[in-house]
Amino acid sequence: MRHTLSVLVENRHGVLARVAGMFARRGYNIDSLTVGVTEDPTISRMTIVVRGDDEVLEQVTKQLNKLIDVIRVSDLKAEDTVEREMALFKVSSDVSSRSEIMQIVDIFRARIIDVAPKSMIVEVTGDETKIEAIEQLLRPFGIKEMVRTGKVALRRGAKGVSS
Amino acid sequence: MTGPTERMTGARAFIECLYREGVDTIFGYPGGVLLPIYDELYSSNIRHILVRHEQAAAHAAEGYARATGKTGVCLATSGPGATNLVTGIANAYMDSVPMVAFTGQVPSSLIGNDAFQEANITGITMPITKHNYLVQDVKELPRIIKEAFHIASTGRPGPVLVDLPKDITTDMIDFHYPEKVELRGYNPTYQGNLQQIKKAAAEIERSSNPVIYAGGGVISSGAAAELKKFAEKIQAPVTTTLTGMGGFPGDHPLFMGMPGMHGTKYANYAIQEADLLIAVGVRFDDRVTGKIKSFASNAKIIHIDIDPAEISKNVKVDIPIVGDAKWILSHLLKHTGKAQSEEWLKKIAGWKELYPLHYLEAACKDDIKPQYIIEQINEVCPDAIIVTEVGQHQMWAAQYFKYTEPRTFISSGGLGTMGYGFPAAIGAKVARPDKVVIDVSGDGSFQMNSQEMATIVQNNIPVIIAIFNNGFLGMVRQWQEIFYGRRYSSTCIRDSVDFVKLAEAYGALGIRVTKCSEVRPALEKAIASGRPTLIDFIVECEENVSPMVPAGAAINEILDLERKE
Repeated sequence: MRHTLSVLVENRHGVLARVAGMFARRGYNIDSLTVGVTEDPTISRMTIVVRGDDEVLEQVTKQLNKLIDVIRVSDLKAEDTVEREMALFKVSSDVSSRSEIMQIVDIFRARIIDVAPKSMIVEVTGDETKIEAIEQLLRPFGIKEMVRTGKVALRRGAKGVSS
Repeated sequence: MTGPTERMTGARAFIECLYREGVDTIFGYPGGVLLPIYDELYSSNIRHILVRHEQAAAHAAEGYARATGKTGVCLATSGPGATNLVTGIANAYMDSVPMVAFTGQVPSSLIGNDAFQEANITGITMPITKHNYLVQDVKELPRIIKEAFHIASTGRPGPVLVDLPKDITTDMIDFHYPEKVELRGYNPTYQGNLQQIKKAAAEIERSSNPVIYAGGGVISSGAAAELKKFAEKIQAPVTTTLTGMGGFPGDHPLFMGMPGMHGTKYANYAIQEADLLIAVGVRFDDRVTGKIKSFASNAKIIHIDIDPAEISKNVKVDIPIVGDAKWILSHLLKHTGKAQSEEWLKKIAGWKELYPLHYLEAACKDDIKPQYIIEQINEVCPDAIIVTEVGQHQMWAAQYFKYTEPRTFISSGGLGTMGYGFPAAIGAKVARPDKVVIDVSGDGSFQMNSQEMATIVQNNIPVIIAIFNNGFLGMVRQWQEIFYGRRYSSTCIRDSVDFVKLAEAYGALGIRVTKCSEVRPALEKAIASGRPTLIDFIVECEENVSPMVPAGAAINEILDLERKE
C-alpha cells in the first residue's frame, strides 16, 4: 500500500539528510521524495511517497514527528488530494516517426520542448498513471533517457496541511 | 554577571551560556581547536574534570545526569576527540539520558576540505542524537545552546550535540541570552488524555491479574512516589526493567524484580498470566519480551509513555496514554480503584516461595560466589549508588541488590556498553559526593576504560571499583558453555593483569580478596579510606547468571543454570 506524506520542515541545511537517514535507519522504503520551499521561505515541503501497511505508516509518521526540524506530517488521502508529477522523455525520432510521436504528445496534452535531427524531448505532467501510460506508448520509438520529478501533492479545498 | 549586550568572544559567550544553564561541572579533554574555550575555562567557575579518553567524558556526563536528573555536559576536540564521544552519545541515546555534548570543529573555512583533525561529527551522530547543531554564525550560539539544553532535558530526554568551529569561538558577539525557546517542530506532550486515563482506570478495576511493568521513564519523570502509591492503591505487583531499578522499592512486598532474559521466574510468569499489563515508561525491549508473539499474550496492555513513537512499536497496545509518567500516574490515581487481585497476589507469593532467586553455596567454603558480594555490598551500604559495567556482574547487581530509591542504580541498558560503568561512576560520585559510589565491574569491562584511574586519583574522586574477577569475558563464556559446547573461543583473559598493582601504580588503594570472609572487611576498608579504591574480588570463574530465557524463547520458558558442583 502506498501513501503520500506531505511533510513541512524547517528550511535549514541538513534537514534532508535527517529525514533520509531516518528512513534508511528504520528500514522504510521511499518510492519518491521531492522537496522545495513553501509560501513561507523558512519552511520547505517534502512530498514523500512511502510503501507500507498502516502500522508502518504510523511508525513512519511518528518517527518523522520526532525529528526536531519536522513541523507537521500529513497523510494525504487520494480522494481529497491533487497530485502531479512531471517527466521528461528523450525519444529517438526521425522524419518518419516524428509526426506519430507528435500525435501521442497531443493526446496526452504533453509538450515537445526540444527537437533535434535524431531525437526530441517530451515534457508531460500528470498523475502517475498518465506518465506510465505515455511512457509505454513512447517506448517503441526508443527512449534514450528519461527523468521523473517524483510526486508533488496538495490537499483540495481551502484547508491546507499547514493550517 | 554580564549585562544583556556585553561584547565578547564566542568562547566567553560559551561559558556565559553554561552559567545561564546552571552547569557547574563538565567532563572533557582539550585539543587544538578548543584552545580559546579552554582558556576561558581556566578562569571560570565551572569545574572541569579532565578525563584520559573522551569516551569517558561522555559516560561520566551520563553518570552525572543519571545520579542527579540534571543535564550532563561533556566537551571534546575535533576529529578523534569527537569520534571518541560517539559510544557515550549512543549509550545516552539508547537509555534516554539528558546530555549536551560540545565538540570543537576545524574553522568554518576548512570544513569539507578534509582538514587536520576534521570529522563530520554532526553527520556521524545524526542517528544517535535527539538533535544536533553545527554553529555557523557566532550570533546563533546563545540560541543554539539554549535550544540544546531544552531539547536534551524535556520530553523524552536524550543527547544533543553542538559542534563549534574554531572561528566561532574567536568571533565577537554582543552577548544576549534568549529567555525562551521557540521550536515549532518540538512540543512534547506532558498531560495525558483524560478519556484514555478513565478507560485505563476501568480496565484496572475489571482486571484480576494486573501487572505493572515499569522502566527508565519512571525515573526520568521523577514518578517513583506516584508509582508506589499507584501500585499500592490498585494492588498490582510491579516488575522494573534494568533501567527502571530503584523506580519502585526493591524491598516492597509488591516488587517482583526484573523481567525478561535474566529476570525472576515469578516476574516472567506473572507477565505471561496477566490479564492486564500496565507498562509505564518502557519500550518493550527484546531482552524483556523474549519471543514477542507470546509476550503477555493474555493481557490487555495499557502503555504510558512520553514518546508517541514507542506506542505499538514492538507490541500492539490497547490503551495508549502519551505524556509524562508522573502526571499520568497521579491522575490515574484519582480515577481508579482497586483491581480484583487478592487471589492473584497469593499466586505470585506462592511463585516467589517456589522459585526464588538463588545460587548454590560454593563447593569450597572459602570460594567467593559473585552473588554473595552483591549481597554483602547491599548489607554494608544499602544507600550506595551502584554503577555497573556490562555482563554477568551487571545482571547479579540487578538481581541481588535491593534498590530502594531512584537514581541509585546506573547501568548501560540499551546499548550494553562494556567500559561504561567506571567513567559513569566518576560522574555519579562528582554529582553526589555524599554517597558511596561503587562501580560493580568485571575484569573484562574494567580494562576497557581502566585509564580513568588517573582521573579519580588526580581529582581525588573516591569511587570504589569492585572487580568481579573470574578470568573470563563471563557473559560470552556463559553462552559458549550453554550453546557452543564449552568451546571458550577468545573469552579467557585469566592472569593478564595484576589489578592491585595497577591501582597502586596510579596511586589508588588496591585490595585483593580471595576468601569469602574477606569480602565484608574489604568493603568496609574501602569505604572508610575515603580514597579511590580498587577491590579485586577473585570469584568462582564459571558461575552462571541464572535463571535465563534462551534467545528467541518465550519468557516463561526460563531455565535454572546453577552449576552442580
